[in-house]
Amino acid sequence: MGRYTLRRLLQLIPVFLGTTFLVYWLVWGLREDPFAGKCGQRECSPAFRAALTERYNLDDPLIVQYLKYLGAVLTGDFGQTFSGTEVSTLIADAYPITIKLAIVALVIEAVIGIIAGVVAGLRGRGFADTLVLVSTLFLIALPVFVTGLVLRQVLGVDLGIIRTSVPANPSFAELIVPGFVLASLSMAYVARLTRTSLIENTRADFVRTAVAKGLPRRRVVGVHMLRNSLIPVVTFLGTDIGALMGGAIVTEGVFNIRGIGGLIYRGLQQQDIATVVGVVALLVIVYLVANLVVDLLYAVLDPRIRYE
Amino acid sequence: MPLRRLATAVAAALAVALVATACGGGGDDQSAQTVTLDWGEPENALIPGNNTEQNGGDALDALFAGLVKYDVDTAAPSMEAAESITSADNRVWTIRLKPGWTFHDGTPVTAQNYVDAWNWVAAGPNAAQAQSFMEKIDGYDEVSTEQPTAPTMRGLRVVDPQTFEVTLKAPFVIFPTTLGYSAYYPLPQKFFTDRAGFEAAPVGNGEFRFESRTPNQSLTLVRNDQYAGTDKPQVPRLEFRVYADIQTAYDDVVSGNLDHVKAIPPAALTGGRWRQELGAGAHAKDGLQTTALGFPLYDPRFQNPLVRQAMSMAIDRQAIVDQIFGGTYKPADGLATSAAQGYLPNQCGANCQFDPQRARELLARAGGFAGPLTLTANADGGHADWMQAVTNQLRQNLGVDAQYTPLPSFSEVRQQANAFQFTGLFRAAWIGDYPNLETFLTQLYRTDASSNDYKYSNPAVDAALDRADQAPTEQAAEAGYQEAERLILADMPSIPLFTRQIIYGDSARLASGDRNPLDRLVTTSFRLNPQG
Repeated sequence: MGRYTLRRLLQLIPVFLGTTFLVYWLVWGLREDPFAGKCGQRECSPAFRAALTERYNLDDPLIVQYLKYLGAVLTGDFGQTFSGTEVSTLIADAYPITIKLAIVALVIEAVIGIIAGVVAGLRGRGFADTLVLVSTLFLIALPVFVTGLVLRQVLGVDLGIIRTSVPANPSFAELIVPGFVLASLSMAYVARLTRTSLIENTRADFVRTAVAKGLPRRRVVGVHMLRNSLIPVVTFLGTDIGALMGGAIVTEGVFNIRGIGGLIYRGLQQQDIATVVGVVALLVIVYLVANLVVDLLYAVLDPRIRYE
Repeated sequence: MPLRRLATAVAAALAVALVATACGGGGDDQSAQTVTLDWGEPENALIPGNNTEQNGGDALDALFAGLVKYDVDTAAPSMEAAESITSADNRVWTIRLKPGWTFHDGTPVTAQNYVDAWNWVAAGPNAAQAQSFMEKIDGYDEVSTEQPTAPTMRGLRVVDPQTFEVTLKAPFVIFPTTLGYSAYYPLPQKFFTDRAGFEAAPVGNGEFRFESRTPNQSLTLVRNDQYAGTDKPQVPRLEFRVYADIQTAYDDVVSGNLDHVKAIPPAALTGGRWRQELGAGAHAKDGLQTTALGFPLYDPRFQNPLVRQAMSMAIDRQAIVDQIFGGTYKPADGLATSAAQGYLPNQCGANCQFDPQRARELLARAGGFAGPLTLTANADGGHADWMQAVTNQLRQNLGVDAQYTPLPSFSEVRQQANAFQFTGLFRAAWIGDYPNLETFLTQLYRTDASSNDYKYSNPAVDAALDRADQAPTEQAAEAGYQEAERLILADMPSIPLFTRQIIYGDSARLASGDRNPLDRLVTTSFRLNPQG
């Protein structure tokens, strides 16, 4: 297990270098003129261009620029936006909010999804099963922005139960509705995965053995069936953490949550390239680590899996 | 069973959280007195000379006061921090300041603060966004390059602490009108001694003082009780909140979580829904924003003026305004808008009237139009609907093979414009810098002007603009600019299409809260309804 972890950690390095270089090249290298449109309908002054060229090392060859940037990032300096704000400050302000939202969403999708899946899977072919299947189908069919806008309109504007936007430093409670919107799609997948996996395992040998041993049904379901059935679900939730930590552009936009997704979106809109590259570099790390944790979790859940 | 225990714990936590929100929500006194405004993260640091976009401008206009201010409804200029701005020859201007003005840190506002600020904006190495606003001042060319050959502009001279003198390169009669723009605000000593401190906590001379800011989230300002201007601020505190989506900000205003939204989302405009939802809080007024379609005059196919006039006449502006913009735009009848001084109705005359019959005749007389006609705008700006409508009208009314060919982003459009690479009509929007007809002419249509994307050049127009700039009185200048406008419209280097209204919304909590025709926030106009 230790060696496996080490090997995986070493693999992160080339992946990190490759992805950040690609992003860097895509935003800085592909554009003929990074300052076009930066100054509205007017052309930017030569002095403005010169100052920014200097700040972002744009005179160097791309690979040298990238290495300089990487060196700064590795020492914790993510650079400055065009307006002179430190990108690291922006990230530090936005990330706690994104993490909160991700936790809320993850709890909602895990709790509701697994419970719905278990109910549907155990009962089988009954009213509960059909209800879960139809409602999850409905959720999967709806794009997130529709769920978000409808909930905001109904709960916020029409009924006035929630605020239509989330305040700057939201509490967990204020993130429940946005978290639900963000989780809705994954929740449906979790429910379906749990259900299918559970139904499959009902006929597995180890379950038959457990029943034959005379174990109470709660123990058969809770310990033997559920634990094994959750492996695909955990995989799914794990990759979902990676995605959730990457921010949710649509949901954050709908509820005006000042998280990391909105930061990237604004960076792209305003061509604030330093923000985009900095945040994406960070997200690459988060995503890679989340995936590693999921892989290691397999071994915990299923004693048959060993890493050497 | 651990899993079950976890689920119970989570459910309990959620329940507690829900109860907590239900109990919370009661506003304290401070939040009841705070006016919240829809805002966006400024693209540049909050330095007056380094901002040319709306979000930075809104904050700066609250923090600073200029020599001149613009009327909230008519945009007519009047003296603010200046006692008088006078000139004998319209070239050497003497600006006398009103006594008693101070910056928020207590230091007095003197003539030196203005001169230093303007020199800073003009100096090349500072790379200020609004640098070109200083270009009319004598000595600008020496300081504006990357390696300046002079430390300061020779056209600026401090006479005494309350007076300074500005010498322009050439006479410019409407110079005082231009001075309300944020580029001309004074800068305190703190800016020059502690730049980082100033950027973190700007110090101005305006009606509100800086309190706190969280980048990408909010900016809070408090009332400046020492404010020396005539219009005193009425609300104790302003909170600018960053919104990613105009629709969210609008919904927040409708449901009472926000007090002012700087624009209205398209969904609320359809069928006039916003007027019902906002009631007395719905505002619309004529602004300084025009939309036109520019011709690439460097393409030989567009060189015949008859072709250009034909295309203009083939567009039914009123139909597009009614059907696509829900009445929030008006058909253009000239190059300027009605909020600009010197605006004369119907300058464009028959050339901007919808007349498909005559359009076809003109095109036939010009020998038709060869090849496909492309119309270009940026796809990220919400222009597809009306661009498509114009395209269809040109195709139907002129029988040309018109195609709408959007570019992905504004940045790509500007790239093509700067390189003069358009092969067909392109969207050309303009926002006036000050409420005068001149702002719609010089920078767009003078030979080699900074925003002359058409490569338009007519010596008669240049001469007319020169004459107007140097006219002895404002009335004479107005007449001169109007003459230049007619000359330009006869050549039609661009098709005037619409003028955009300034539309914004206030919550029911506000008695008033306005933007001026320059689409800038007038924070002194904000008043709360009495609590009841």
